[in-house]
Order: sequence, then C-alpha cells, then structure tokens
Amino acid sequence: MSAPDPGDRPPGAAAETASQSRLTTALTPVLTVAVSLLGLCLLWGFAANAWPGRAFPGPGQVWQVLRAEAANGDLFYHLGATLGRVAAAYVVAMVVGSVIGVLLGSHRSADRFFSPWLILFLNIPALVVIVLAYIWFGLNEAAAIGAVAVNKIPNVVVTMREGARALDPSYAEMAAVYRFGLLDRVRHVLLPQLQPYLAAASRSGIALIWKIVLVVELLGRSNGVGFQIYLYFQLFDVAAILAYTLAFVAVMLVIELLLVQPGERHATRWRRRPA
Amino acid sequence: MQPVGAVVPLRVDIAEKTFRSAQGVSITALQDLSFEVRQGEFACLLGPSGCGKTTTLRILLGLDKDFSGSFQLPEGGSNRIAAVFQEPILLPWRTVEQNVRLALPKGLRTKNLDGLFDTLGLAGMRSLYPAELSLGLARRAALARAFANEPAVLLLDEPFASLDERTAERLRHLLLTVWSARPTTALMVTHNLREALMLSDRIIVLAQRPAHVLGMFDVRLPRHYRNPQVMSDLLRSFHQKFPGVV
Ligand SMILES: Nc1ncnc2c1ncn2[C@@H]1O[C@H](COP(=O)(O)OP(=O)(O)OP(=O)(O)O)[C@@H](O)[C@H]1O
Ligand SMILES: [Mg+2]
Repeated sequence: MSAPDPGDRPPGAAAETASQSRLTTALTPVLTVAVSLLGLCLLWGFAANAWPGRAFPGPGQVWQVLRAEAANGDLFYHLGATLGRVAAAYVVAMVVGSVIGVLLGSHRSADRFFSPWLILFLNIPALVVIVLAYIWFGLNEAAAIGAVAVNKIPNVVVTMREGARALDPSYAEMAAVYRFGLLDRVRHVLLPQLQPYLAAASRSGIALIWKIVLVVELLGRSNGVGFQIYLYFQLFDVAAILAYTLAFVAVMLVIELLLVQPGERHATRWRRRPA
Repeated sequence: MQPVGAVVPLRVDIAEKTFRSAQGVSITALQDLSFEVRQGEFACLLGPSGCGKTTTLRILLGLDKDFSGSFQLPEGGSNRIAAVFQEPILLPWRTVEQNVRLALPKGLRTKNLDGLFDTLGLAGMRSLYPAELSLGLARRAALARAFANEPAVLLLDEPFASLDERTAERLRHLLLTVWSARPTTALMVTHNLREALMLSDRIIVLAQRPAHVLGMFDVRLPRHYRNPQVMSDLLRSFHQKFPGVV
C-alpha cells in the first residue's frame, strides 16, 4: 500500500491522521507488553513440552486449574482473604510509620536516641517477627497483620524521616501566622509536601507486604493465598501453586495500574507539566 | 491602663535580639528598638539591608520568641494579624483561590472575594496554581490573602522586592487601593525611600545593625497630593533631616 499524496487529501484528513497516530502511540506500549507476555507463555509452553512432568506443568494446565478454582469460588475466597490482610497491614504500616518518621525527622534529639532502635528493627528478619508475634499474641488475625506491619514500619519510618527533614519551614510559618487549624496544617501543608515520600514508601510497601503476607498465612492462618500454596506444596501440585501465584500477581498489578498510578497523578496535578 | 475595648496601637519595645550561630559567633540584630504605629496608620520601617527589619517582623508575627523586651498588638475587634512575606509563600499544591480561602478564619471561609480579586486583577486567575503565575501575580495573590483576612494589623516585608520598576509601581497603587478601602494599621518594611514616601503616613528610620530607631519622618500630606513635584520636595526634606541615610 502506498501513502497517498498529501496534495490530494480532503480537508480534515490531516486531523484524522493525527488522532489516529495519537491512538497508535497510546496503544504501542500496551501492544508491546501483550506481545512480550505472550512470548513468555510460548517459551514456558515449549519448555514444559520438552521436560514434561507433574513438577513442571504447561500454561494450559495452569489455566485449567485457575478456571476450576475460580468456578468453585475457592480462588476468590482466598484472594480476598489475602488482599484484606495486605490492605490492613499496609494501612497500619503507613500510618504508624509516617507518624513516627515525621516525629523523628522534626526532632533531632529524639532521632539521635531512636536511630539505633530503627537500625535494629530494620535488620530483624521478617520470619523472626512473624514467629514471635504468633508465640506472644497467638495464632490470630491481629498477630498476623501486626507482624506484617512491624516488618514494613521501619522502612516507612526511614523514608518519611527523610521527607520530614525536607519540609520547608516557610510554609509552616505562613500557616502559623494565618492560624491554620491542626487538620488544615496536616491536610494542606504537611501531606502535600510529604507526598513524594508517601508515594515512594507506598510503592515499595505494597511489594514487600504482599510477599510477607504469604509467609504469615503459611505459618499460622487457615485461609489466603499463602495457605493454599502451602496446601498444594504438601500435595505436590505445582499447577495449583502457579495458578494462585499468577492470579495474585495479576491482582496486584491491576491495583497498581488502577489505584496507585491514578492516585499519584491526582496528587501531583499542580506540578507544571512540560506542554 | 487602656479603657476596656479601646483599640491599642502597635507598640514595639525590643531590648535586644541576638542570633547565636552554631560556631558560637553571636550577632546582635536589634538593640533598644522601640516605636509605635497609631491606629489606622500606614507606617514604613526604612533601613539599610541586613539591619534587622525582617527580624523585627518575625518577632511581631510570633515566629521568633527568643528575644528580650516586649511588644503589643492591637486588641479588640478582629485581633488577627496578616503578613505579606519577602517571598509570596503560596502553597504550590493549592490554587490561588484555595490559598486565599485557607488562610481565612472558619467564619470567613465562604465570603465573597469577587471584589478583592477584581481590584487586584486576579479575577481570571483564581483557579491557577502558583507555578503558573509570574512573580508579580504571585505577590498580588499574597496581598489578596492578607487583605481577605480583614486583619487588625498588617505586616509587609518588602512586598515589591525583585520586581521590575513598572510592575512594582502598579502593585504599589493596587496596595493603596485595597488598603484605602479598609484602612488597617500597617507596618511595611522597605529599603526603598521613594516607596516609603509614596505609601506611608510615617517613616520609622532605622540605623545600621544592631537596629534601633534613628528618627521618625511624618508624611502628613494625603496620598493623592503626592505628585512627582511634591515627591521630590519630600525627598529633599527627608535628606535634610536624615543626611547620609539611604
Ligand atoms: N537565623 C539567623 N541566624 C543568624 N543570623 C541571622 C539570622 N537571621 C538573620 N540574621 C542576621 O541578622 C541580621 C538582620 O537580618 P534581617 O534578615 O532582619 O535583615 P533585613 O533588614 O531584613 O535585611 P534585608 O533588607 O536584606 O532583607 C543580618 O545581619 C543577618 O545576618
Ligand atoms: Mg529582610
């Protein structure tokens, strides 16, 4: 097909082509991702064909298990349980970590005193916290969520402490002169300045938390993706393990795309964008 | 003793203000600084750069409590204080209008601001973010924020610094317009003598650091009589009274 001569185009065609090319540029990354994932699936299929066996199922088998688990409702029940724990631990970790981080970042002597504690907590392995939480507080939901949050809190504290150190005192002074209330100060002065740090802590937070949640479920809960994976590990059912893993990764990616990224775009709408 | 309910003028009596740096060097910024601003008067603090003008305003705004001496702000009625800082200090993540409204007390939050925005030429910019404003426009927004508050006292710290002369001149006229609509006890810091002569009822002349009052220069003439001819007379008599200043 040859490109038409621009000379004999009807008026309006140029605009049409422009919108078409905009659509193409918008679709290209999506297309690339789709092709890339398809490539991975194909590679996996070939490998599974080359080394057949129960320990290495192909994508077709995993898909079958996924559909079966979805049809009997198990998949959504366990995904929901895990997602609930991820959300709860995330909220607890972000709130507690942010408050501690901002306090440390704005009080130097407190920071100096508590820094060694922070380093200690940063280096305690997640597994130790989980085991101790179950021993001390019993095999219950609060202990599970608390253990995950405690694993994440030191990271949030470190990030938010940096954020608090970078606060511009002139905004706080303006707020003091015009007698902003506490709530207004937090909402309109403090949080917008901390937003990039909150975003950074959230991103690394979600990634870390959902991995730890699986361990918590494996060790002491009777539902959730972690529990299912442990169950199928004992049954040596790799197809089911992969089915649950892929389903959960997909859910986390969707959350990232539909919740986290639009949220960040909304929070930074005031920044001047290159035209 | 003031009668109950009487409006007390702005009275400043700072014995000393000393900054101590981490290296142990100490700088005395203010020493025996005392003056008054009468009710409804527009006063200018005029002094050389670095003499301690911003330091004085920060003390009056309650941002610096580490000094010896005392000061008194007008009481009764609205006891609010409004400031226009050396930089506009608008919240970059809030629009111009949100910046103005957030600084208002709860009871005034929803008040009609059309007149004020119109006067200051900001009518079309209410929904812009500060990053989209020029410095001159940002300064106007800072003025709008201060005046919307209907304060009992207004403190301004070189609100026209680092603007080109034409923009500064327009802003001075705008300031006069909004101020005349509701004359408020005002204290403005400047090191621009012409600006002080054009705007103020009285000029408080400060000495080099540590700042103290060299003397007062009253400008009793109504502002609309201060044409270029009168201004040059005022300048001459100022220089006669304070030779070597500015
Ligand atoms: N935080 C501080 N620590 C130490 N010294 C300070 C501090 N703030 C101000 N100073 C000193 O106090 C003196 C007065 O400062 P100030 O900012 O009040 O001057 P100014 O009259 O407002 O000057 P300008 O006209 O340049 O704004 C200056 O010599 C300055 O170096
Ligand atoms: Mg200054």
